[in-house]
Amino acid sequence: MPQYMMLIYSPAEGGPSPEERQAEFPRWGSYTQALRDAGVMVAGDPLEPIDTATTVRVRGGETVLTDGPFAETKEILGGYYLIDVPDLDAALKWAAQIPSAPYGSVEVRPVMVLPGM
Amino acid sequence: MAVEAAFRRERAAVLATLIRQLGDFQLAEDAVQEAFAAAIVAWERDGVPTSAGAWITVTARRRAIDRLRRDRTLGDRIERLKVLAGREAAATDEPEPSAVSDDQLRLIFTCCHPALAMQARVALTLRTLGGLSTGEIARAFLVSETTMAQRLVRAKRKIATARIPYRIPSDEELPDLLPGVLAVLYLIFNEGWAASGGERLVRGELCAEAIRLGRLLHGLMPDDPEVAGLLALMLLHDSRLQARVDTHGELVALDDQDRSLWDRGRIREGERLLDGALRRRAPGLYQLQAAIAALHATAASPQDTDWAQIAALYAELARRTPSAVVEVNRAVALGRAEGPNAGLAVLEPLLRGGTLDGYAPMHVAHADLLDRAGNHAQAARAYLRAAQCAENTVTRTELKRRAAALA
Repeated sequence: MPQYMMLIYSPAEGGPSPEERQAEFPRWGSYTQALRDAGVMVAGDPLEPIDTATTVRVRGGETVLTDGPFAETKEILGGYYLIDVPDLDAALKWAAQIPSAPYGSVEVRPVMVLPGM
Repeated sequence: MAVEAAFRRERAAVLATLIRQLGDFQLAEDAVQEAFAAAIVAWERDGVPTSAGAWITVTARRRAIDRLRRDRTLGDRIERLKVLAGREAAATDEPEPSAVSDDQLRLIFTCCHPALAMQARVALTLRTLGGLSTGEIARAFLVSETTMAQRLVRAKRKIATARIPYRIPSDEELPDLLPGVLAVLYLIFNEGWAASGGERLVRGELCAEAIRLGRLLHGLMPDDPEVAGLLALMLLHDSRLQARVDTHGELVALDDQDRSLWDRGRIREGERLLDGALRRRAPGLYQLQAAIAALHATAASPQDTDWAQIAALYAELARRTPSAVVEVNRAVALGRAEGPNAGLAVLEPLLRGGTLDGYAPMHVAHADLLDRAGNHAQAARAYLRAAQCAENTVTRTELKRRAAALA
């Protein structure tokens, strides 16, 4: 079955407060469990906050490090799920149930199938 | 020519079935195209066969098999060849009518899938379900043929790569997906009707194509009242096609149209569809708009129109989907039902609000209400403002003429 990456973005400003995020926590747990129960979960993790990011570029043979994400964005990548479902409609249904979808956004991308793999 | 006409009639149905069998839009389209080339030769020589659809299906399927055998880059070709070989062996090429209908529904819902951009949905629907060529669609939407071809290729690639499914939505999915399909058809119709930015006021082929697709969808989903409502709405608007533009190609306002030019056949068909839909007691947005169009279409003159009922229908539309555009229309209707000042009272907050400032019909409505309230100088100014906003040169000329007549 095709795999889809669900990239979970949240607004950099004006998102939920720390208390609201705390309250949201159990819903992420039950969502992950629902993916497992449906047998579609391949992988999924939250990411540490954006101020822990380091961006790496190699230019002219030299490694250049930047403290922070690769671009200033209004929406921050906060985590991902990799799922295995029959088609895009199934993936989009799962994406709509992600707990942060009501205020953030979820980018759904098919995983490229390389020939011979 | 007879061969091309016969082919166009059958193309969408054949394509719909072949896409399901091949699991590949592009391969199916290429095979159908090759079958057409073969048809020109064979049909010119032997005449159009009685079951032209079956002829094209068989020929296209054989071309696809040839292609799959030749082209080693096509991924799961062994699997697909097996399926196709099975069809050849079964050799029942007079397909079940219900299977054909199901394939066409699958094709409609795939072309109008909400994961595709609206522009892509419109282009794909016209190309695969309608009889229009890429060049014709490009000209209708005022983009280059290259741009339109790229748009189509990108859409087909997304369908294949992201695996947009080729299936009929379940009953519980339908409320989410059907409005998107109806929106595509109505957009095609409106693009033909309004001809935004173009020199020609009516691009009749888009209206005709939207109605043809509306009939197809209504035939496939006869019990859905909104599908019937949309078809009724398009027919009722389209009934005014001949009266809407004068012999010089200029726009004629509804009030000034020669109602004897209205197409009675279309009006009757629209009314019949609307009556049938309303009996199902689920009046949606298209049925409400069709009901308004029907009140216009069946009135003997502007004065005989049931403006109070039209204003009430606009109020119901506004209640469901609050929209400044609907409020403008309500102002016009109320102005007719209860006098210009009632209309102006509805329009005032919209004029002050500013969100519709570039919307020509609001200024036209304002001008007309002011004119009938006896305020000619302000009416002339409002017509000029409307002319500034109009996208269509024919409309702009007419609005300037009205302003000059009042000044």
